[in-house]
Amino acid sequence: MTITAKIDLKEQNPLAALQQFFAGILKLEDIAAILVPQRLPTKNTVMPTLVTDPSFLGDADPLAPAFLMNAARISSRLTRKPMGGKIAAVLRPCEIRAFIELVKLKQARREDIILISVDCLGAFQNKVYSKFAGQNGTESTIRFYKNVMGGNTNEMEGAEFATACKACEYPVSANADIQIGLYGMKTGESILVKAQTETGDHILKQLNLPDTNEPPARQAAINALISQRTGYRDEMFAKTRESSDSLDKMTDYFSNCVNCYNCRVACPVCYCRECVFVTDVFNHDPYQYLQWATRKGIIKMPTDTLFYHITRLAHMSTACVGCGQCSNACPNEIPLTELFRTIADKTQKIFEYEAGRSLDEKPPLSEFREDEFKEIVGIE
Amino acid sequence: MSEFEPTIVAFFCNWCTYTAADLAGTSRLSYPHNIRIIRVMCTGMVDPQYVIKAFLEGADGVLVSGCRPGDCHYINGNYKARRRIKLLKEILPQFGFDQQRLRLTWIGASDGIHLAEIMRTFAGQIKALGPSQTKLKMVI
Ligand code: SF4
Ligand code: SF4
Ligand code: SF4
Ligand code: FES
Repeated sequence: MTITAKIDLKEQNPLAALQQFFAGILKLEDIAAILVPQRLPTKNTVMPTLVTDPSFLGDADPLAPAFLMNAARISSRLTRKPMGGKIAAVLRPCEIRAFIELVKLKQARREDIILISVDCLGAFQNKVYSKFAGQNGTESTIRFYKNVMGGNTNEMEGAEFATACKACEYPVSANADIQIGLYGMKTGESILVKAQTETGDHILKQLNLPDTNEPPARQAAINALISQRTGYRDEMFAKTRESSDSLDKMTDYFSNCVNCYNCRVACPVCYCRECVFVTDVFNHDPYQYLQWATRKGIIKMPTDTLFYHITRLAHMSTACVGCGQCSNACPNEIPLTELFRTIADKTQKIFEYEAGRSLDEKPPLSEFREDEFKEIVGIE
Repeated sequence: MSEFEPTIVAFFCNWCTYTAADLAGTSRLSYPHNIRIIRVMCTGMVDPQYVIKAFLEGADGVLVSGCRPGDCHYINGNYKARRRIKLLKEILPQFGFDQQRLRLTWIGASDGIHLAEIMRTFAGQIKALGPSQTKLKMVI
């Protein structure tokens, strides 16, 4: 039987309870370290930290609406070879889905990592977050938790959540070993802790938390949230299709792009160690530019902007988990997540694939079946 | 105004379709002169970026052609190519390229006659579709 337990909150503070829970896990014999988002001491922001000493968990804050990077990449760094112990990683659902994609691409290993996920409350774009958190980050997180639990799942104090979050239909991870539940639990009173795998069960057994049953309100709350998000997502798809359905419109869409490639650096699943666009292949000779310009009379500099984005879509959209980090990283506020999700929805559907769903499904471009897509071969 | 002559870029596998094209040439079979043939070692190496670049540079049509099932020298490059073409046929129409402009065929080394026919048919279809949008403006 898998364990479902409950942690009661003191003074309505979910962070203190989570910090204690993480410390409990870190103290276990077989856990060498925990990867967890923490508020940095010098600046009011939250970043992943790797902790081995349980007394250093006092600023852990996995609920803050700050999402500066997708930590799937960090988790891949930590697991690509055995590190000499097991780690527990506290990740958002989209980070877990990206991590699963990286495992399939053999850039990470699932063996020595225990995946812990907290129901995702969503996040702001980076710039919006700094303003929101102001000088008292921890206090702002608790306000944020109460706001979302109170049903405001799109905005707070006049600030909109990131588009990626508003369109995210996976607020709860199906693949975490341990899922920490907030939705459907009484706000400020208790949180749920649930093992979803044998590994998770093994960990929770050692913590001796009080057993509970998952309240029926929980699934209902999650379903309601998912259907709201799916509605938003489908509208986003329709709008994005409309605004990108010709090269003219794509030129508008990307007219502010400066080919900095931040979007692919921030993307957890743009998988190449060295992207072809930063290799010598694209370090053209000066005379080449002159030739191109001469042939056409005019070329836009830097060149190859749409070439880059459409190629990136072809390379990785089947693995896109919709985390929104591409938009976060863009210096010129190009709505990348909208476009990548819109295309990814189609490319994943044709291969009946869903990024991050299961370790058992191979990435679509790494396999084939002999008897598929026969209709696209040949010319009549 | 002169009649529209499409530009077609063709990626032909060295071991089969390219040989067939050679054969068609030496047998003096006529095929449209506006097909620019690029020889690749296997259709399995045609990265989507080659096709995308061809379209963005102004190709009106792209033809990828490789070995028949079971004949690929690298065992299954042709099947992998089929998935990539399928993928591109999903992506490119979103940006206004008719999916008919991108085609995949499997043509054996001795099928010169068939290849010449295919190329004529494809060129005719592209001509009917008219110029691709890349002819019309600066592509960023
Ligand atoms: S854009 Fe393509 S080549 Fe560049 S890192 Fe992403 S997948 Fe690799
Ligand atoms: S393309 Fe954007 S939304 Fe998709 S996985 Fe990459 S960073 Fe996340
Ligand atoms: S981050 Fe923005 S500006 Fe930089 S390459 Fe991507 S879309 Fe262009
Ligand atoms: S060798 Fe011809 S398609 Fe692979």
